Amino acid sequence: MRIDRVLAGVLVAMLPCLSPAQQDTLKEIDRYRQLLQESNPAELYEARGEELWKTRRGPKNASLERCDLGLGPGVVKGAYVRLPRHFGDTDRVQDAESRLVTCMVTLQGFTLEEAKRNPFSGTGVPMITTDPFSGVGQRSVMTDLIAWIASQSRGMTIAPPMSHPKERLAYQAGERLFYYRAGPYDFGCVTCHGEEGKRIRLQNLPKMTNAKDAQRAFGTWPGYRVSEGELRSMQWRMWECVRQMRFPELEFASDASIALITYLAKQAEGGTFDAPAIKR
Amino acid sequence: MQPKMILALALSGICVAGCATRPSDSEAERAVAEIAVAEMIEASFKTRGQAAIDRLKQDDAQALCSRHSGELPKGASEGIEKAQQATIRYPSSGKLMGDWREGERIAQSGAGKQFTDAPTRPAGGSCYNCHQISKQELSFGTIGPSLYQFGRQRGASEAIQKYTYGKIYNSEAFTACSNMPRFGYNGVLTEEQITHLVALLLDPDSPVNK
Repeated sequence: MRIDRVLAGVLVAMLPCLSPAQQDTLKEIDRYRQLLQESNPAELYEARGEELWKTRRGPKNASLERCDLGLGPGVVKGAYVRLPRHFGDTDRVQDAESRLVTCMVTLQGFTLEEAKRNPFSGTGVPMITTDPFSGVGQRSVMTDLIAWIASQSRGMTIAPPMSHPKERLAYQAGERLFYYRAGPYDFGCVTCHGEEGKRIRLQNLPKMTNAKDAQRAFGTWPGYRVSEGELRSMQWRMWECVRQMRFPELEFASDASIALITYLAKQAEGGTFDAPAIKR
Repeated sequence: MQPKMILALALSGICVAGCATRPSDSEAERAVAEIAVAEMIEASFKTRGQAAIDRLKQDDAQALCSRHSGELPKGASEGIEKAQQATIRYPSSGKLMGDWREGERIAQSGAGKQFTDAPTRPAGGSCYNCHQISKQELSFGTIGPSLYQFGRQRGASEAIQKYTYGKIYNSEAFTACSNMPRFGYNGVLTEEQITHLVALLLDPDSPVNK
């Protein structure tokens, strides 16, 4: 589909028109984001995701329509805001993306590796072939599905369950990972997300221990990123932050990624989910 | 690592820490969470490009700062600062002020040490990511304090040069658990690159001091 690329191109081209004075720039960016909300290319991903959910695929030639995202087989409405959660069949705490991997394996018959990579994309040369995310010329089934699943929780309250001991453990581990400093830059998540009202360059940073900030951050992923012309998921957000922290690669759908997302979801509890959003 | 060993490590960590924070967790829960984290650090990350898995092994300062979320118990800050002070290496030439123009280029660059960066490409200082520096650059971050007029306020005496070089080389020699990377100690910037940054901050001709 070309519309989203063209639209993204036009939007990026508009960026240099912003006022140079800094306070004005920030205000302009906010206004610009509001304007963008009205025509969010994420809708195209959502539409493809809905179609994919119903499409028979994989060695078992099955759809995902019986996938259990936590509210029972096939229930998508409201599922995203009640994740991550513990699942009896895997005995793991899973976020939306790792749960989709499980469904692709059990229902459609893909191998774990196939479900976690991005082997289902269309034609074109992928930017980084081993990444589970979409890139230039590479469409990700996972990304499309996540856009649709998330959209089915829009307007709902973020309410991750915390009653199972493993859910509590994931939260506690995620909290420790949030404060874990390592690597050649001594960074941890807390370096950028531990204080209120800070920026990297002109980018505002949410303080993740502040409910309002966490709600806004968690509640707007997945998001369509204008700067990349791509829709990005919560797993991608973790993966990309960890890359910038100069850590080794955070594996897609790994326990550490899920623990971090569980921690953030809990911090954001009570907020209104408003994704897929549109971002810079 | 053996689970028993991890448990021992976790428990010893708890004893050292005293765990003043997170009052909602029981001691048993904390021990289990420490084990879970240790397992995740082992299993959830993989070496990619120059970012090898051993980057997740913490040194003493990193471990202490992580455990206490940056708020150290009494006496611990001084301990870290003293140990880090001893790591600072000054250039053998004795020259601490380089070229501020080079410094500005280094301050602008956020490249370096990511698994997507070419290992052969010199790292930048990412300085503008967190600091206001020259008046001309409007795109600056605010995690660190403004450095505009840094030299104008302090002068450029040998003592100030030495302090500035040391602070960039190893920020934790002055502030335990600082958010600022230890650029020299961790081998991100060369001694020469650091002297250029010293010049950017202290040289009377640098835009920082105009």
